[in-house]
Amino acid sequence: MSASAPLAQLHRHTAGSRKRWWVEVGWRYIIGIVMVLIVGVPVLYIIGVSLDPSGSTTASSVFPSKITFDNYAALLGGDKGPFGRWYLNTLIVCLVVTVLQILCSALAAYAFSRLRFTGRRVGILALLLIMMFPNVLAIIALYSMFTQLGEAFPIFGLSTIAGYVLCLMGGALGQVWLVKGTLDSIPQSLDEAAIIDGASHFQVFSRILFPILIPIIATTAMLAFVGIISEFIIGSMFLKSADSMTLAVGLYGLLQGDKTGNYGVFAAGAVMVSVPVVVLFLFLQRYIVGGAVAGAVKG
Amino acid sequence: MTSTSQPGAGPAPTASVPRERNTTLPGLIAKIIFLGIVLAIGVYAVPLLIHYKMWMWLAVMVAAVVLIFAIYLTKRFIPGKYLFPGTAFLTVFLIIPVVLTVSYSFTNFGDGSRSSKEDMIAAVESESFKRTPDSPIYTMAVGVAADQNAADGPFTLFLISMDDADQTVLAGRHGQALAPWDGDAPTVADGRVTAVPGYQLLTPRQINTAYAELQAMDVAAPGDGQAAIKPQTPTQAYQGKVTIKYDAAGDRLVSDAGVVYPNQTVGTAQCFVAPDGKCFQGKSWLQNVGLKNYSRLLTDSGIRTQFLAAFAWTLVFSLASVCLTFLLGFFLALTLNDERVRGQKGWRAFLLLPYAIPGMISLLIWSQFFNKDFGLINQLFGLDVNWFGDPTMAKIAVILVQLWMGFPYMFIVCTGALQSIPGDVKEAARIDGSTGLSTTFRIIMPLLLISVAPLLVASFAFNFNNFNAIQLLTQGGPSLSGQFTRGGTDILISMIYKQAFGGSGTDFGFASAMSVLLFVLTGVLAAVQFRITKRLENLT
Repeated sequence: MSASAPLAQLHRHTAGSRKRWWVEVGWRYIIGIVMVLIVGVPVLYIIGVSLDPSGSTTASSVFPSKITFDNYAALLGGDKGPFGRWYLNTLIVCLVVTVLQILCSALAAYAFSRLRFTGRRVGILALLLIMMFPNVLAIIALYSMFTQLGEAFPIFGLSTIAGYVLCLMGGALGQVWLVKGTLDSIPQSLDEAAIIDGASHFQVFSRILFPILIPIIATTAMLAFVGIISEFIIGSMFLKSADSMTLAVGLYGLLQGDKTGNYGVFAAGAVMVSVPVVVLFLFLQRYIVGGAVAGAVKG
Repeated sequence: MTSTSQPGAGPAPTASVPRERNTTLPGLIAKIIFLGIVLAIGVYAVPLLIHYKMWMWLAVMVAAVVLIFAIYLTKRFIPGKYLFPGTAFLTVFLIIPVVLTVSYSFTNFGDGSRSSKEDMIAAVESESFKRTPDSPIYTMAVGVAADQNAADGPFTLFLISMDDADQTVLAGRHGQALAPWDGDAPTVADGRVTAVPGYQLLTPRQINTAYAELQAMDVAAPGDGQAAIKPQTPTQAYQGKVTIKYDAAGDRLVSDAGVVYPNQTVGTAQCFVAPDGKCFQGKSWLQNVGLKNYSRLLTDSGIRTQFLAAFAWTLVFSLASVCLTFLLGFFLALTLNDERVRGQKGWRAFLLLPYAIPGMISLLIWSQFFNKDFGLINQLFGLDVNWFGDPTMAKIAVILVQLWMGFPYMFIVCTGALQSIPGDVKEAARIDGSTGLSTTFRIIMPLLLISVAPLLVASFAFNFNNFNAIQLLTQGGPSLSGQFTRGGTDILISMIYKQAFGGSGTDFGFASAMSVLLFVLTGVLAAVQFRITKRLENLT
């Protein structure tokens, strides 16, 4: 149906206006529907596979032959590896890394935005440049560094969550730019007033500026969190024992280990990982779109 | 991020930083506890790091502790308090690894060449230890003086030859030859020593724990200065000798059988060369090879071709990913961002789905969908394409997946940009006689490109090193005949990963040289990104 412009209503029942509606508006719906299919069919299909007890897609039908939760039970029962452990590991890694990264970034952004010191300009420039090199480029050095570290401190070695978290902290200042941009838009008179009232620098930061920053911090944290879920290269190199794996490494191994085309269990895992993230995205859509437009990158 | 809203553009910002007030009591206590913990960690870690001879980590540790005290105990450099945590992590886990990678690229660091030459020779000699034919096997008990800690030694081996009807007890200590025991008479049962006065005997578990130390004991065999006694199992020992020895004068290894392994250069580095022309046991030692890794990369035509081919595909992959996702996203934004289309929020939310699903999940799912025999794509469209078996089809599949995953980002970005273009611009274009299409291409697209260009460049840079997009989908495959590391869809970073950690022997030195070239390429990219985003203008 066309929009309610009076002119369009006037000519509604003529064949010409219907044709015009198709030319001007109708095709947009067709494109939209095609895109919805392109997006939706793979998603529906993977949900179907996860519910199909045979887990097999060799059947000619795209729909599951029978709906059970066998694959989910198998996954949670640990038949194909400690999935619950992977889930927990991933949550821990994502949470810890995100919180620490955001904290480090917010602190540094405060210094760059509010304090004046020699080397500040050079510091920002250097930081911008350095952050364009992801630390996976130095993966060989990281590997041998952590092999060594693990000899002296086994909790930080390879195949440990702590070591993995530490390694990911190479991106500790990844969010500085976004936070600094927001800080710059907050009038400086606000914190000057607080300092005159007797607040210390740290109190200005923690009590006055940080609360204002919470929306942008929530957005970047969300994108960073989801990005870290997908971190694979360092994880695959570090986390060799089944109990230390994250979802990315574990699910990859699960697929690699089974070439029979039966990926019902994997599909169940994919659904269980994606659903919480997608729901979160829908709720925070407004903020995430804003963050994406501002240049936040999700993995 | 607009430059107009920057603070500090006003007069003399330096003067506007008032002095910090005196710290409050809880603040002081927190500070003392914090510094105490730091000191405790330092005191705990430093001796350990010295023990393991980890000089780099030691330097990092000491520097961190000293800096923390200098920064947080004094008020001399307040910005440092805020910058330190992130900068420390950045330095240790990004900058140092980059510097190390560069230094590795001048060495032959790899699986067979981790240790020093001395350590490697010692390892070869001890591995060549073989039982002397017809020599006796001994039952073994391991004793430690009763007043010593059983785990620490010094150990005494109490042996009885299995061939000896008299069951003479022999004793061996580190640095001494095996000789008949001359102390108080030990208890012997079933041909083995079960108790020695003044000594405690190790349990099998204790022997296992101390096994490496026992192996390293130097106990000469009786009557044969060349041969030595070694534990064979926790309860037995045997006599044997080193069959390969290092000849320092000739800088070579010589075996008992008379085979000579001279020290020569193989490939880029030295090693002891076996008669078949290869390194003895594939081993070498860590050594400086100068620019040989680089010259190999640039002059060995086979390798150079692979590197360039991977580079070209990296460029095509990143460019195609960005351009196609942008075009589709832009087209959809134009299509759906029309006030006559109903339910815009609904369309937008649904089409955001691929962006919301974690990337690694999407990639793994698509790796199944492109399966030749039971993948969704071939089933759905009735095709029989061997997607991942053919280099061209695999590349197309990679790009298609990039498109599916990436268009929603461009779609929301373009929608945002479109909505920010003032309506009167389009109005003016229409009045000037511009038709719908030409308004789109002549007016809207240039305006939109200005605002999204930085995001496009950032997206290009991201994809340039997008390891996941390759590894999780195709593992870089299919493998190409005659190309030892590069697969049909390998981009530079995934090729380096294979070179360094792939199955066919690890060559960290050479892979590091490739990484350094990738640093340079990424740096060029970063410089371009820098210019285009004009972030420099914001640096007030």
